[in-house]
Amino acid sequence: MSSTFDTVANIIAETCDIPRDTIKPESHAIDDLGIDSLDFLDIAFAIDKAFGIKLPLEQWTQEVNDGKATTEQYFVLKNLSARIDDLVAAKGA
Amino acid sequence: MRLEYFQLIDRITELNLTELTVRAEANVPAASTIFEGHFPGYPLMPGVLLIETMAQTSGWLVIARMNFERMPFLAAVKQAKLRTFVQPGQSLQVSATLAHEGSGYMVTDAEIRADGKLVCDASLTLRTMPFPNPEFRANMTEVAKRIGLPMGAVVDG
Repeated sequence: MSSTFDTVANIIAETCDIPRDTIKPESHAIDDLGIDSLDFLDIAFAIDKAFGIKLPLEQWTQEVNDGKATTEQYFVLKNLSARIDDLVAAKGA
Repeated sequence: MRLEYFQLIDRITELNLTELTVRAEANVPAASTIFEGHFPGYPLMPGVLLIETMAQTSGWLVIARMNFERMPFLAAVKQAKLRTFVQPGQSLQVSATLAHEGSGYMVTDAEIRADGKLVCDASLTLRTMPFPNPEFRANMTEVAKRIGLPMGAVVDG
């Protein structure tokens, strides 16, 4: 989990020019780090490539819009990292 | 090319949904009001229109990949390099390769050549969304037929 978070944090820092030390596991990508949807596409692209997965952004967005999930579940970085770990594990299963 | 209408692709010459590549022809018109201002006495194809040409070519690959179920919209242009001037009357060969298929977006690597010489290249991100209305989709299908997008390849995958 920590290495996944580190990779994600490094991607965010590089993609969005955000100081790495301000990016915490508790940071909310949108609310705390101010990442907009276009920047998040870049982040998703980099995460997809780094982990060999496909972040289901559309599904997550739909769930949030439908009130079935909160943005915290997907966009707080420790939660995002856990989702990535799940996707990596599912890919290897 | 009909520059004033943003119809920049004349013909799709190849669509390969296995290799995820597309090739297109685009002939720069000998005359256009655009050249009257860009530039007087030295007409040049605007770089933004070259980028749009790469985006439209990429878009046909993406729309075919999605079987005309979603519409691609240009979202980001990266590493765009405009390497040589393009003048009225030149014939351009445009190509694009799908570099990544994400959730709700795709990334392509695109380039334009003239007489084999690289004119420009870029990495393009296109968001994909459901068509906003049936008329939009019908229009895109019509344009696809006009420029020779092989619809059989689309349907058959």
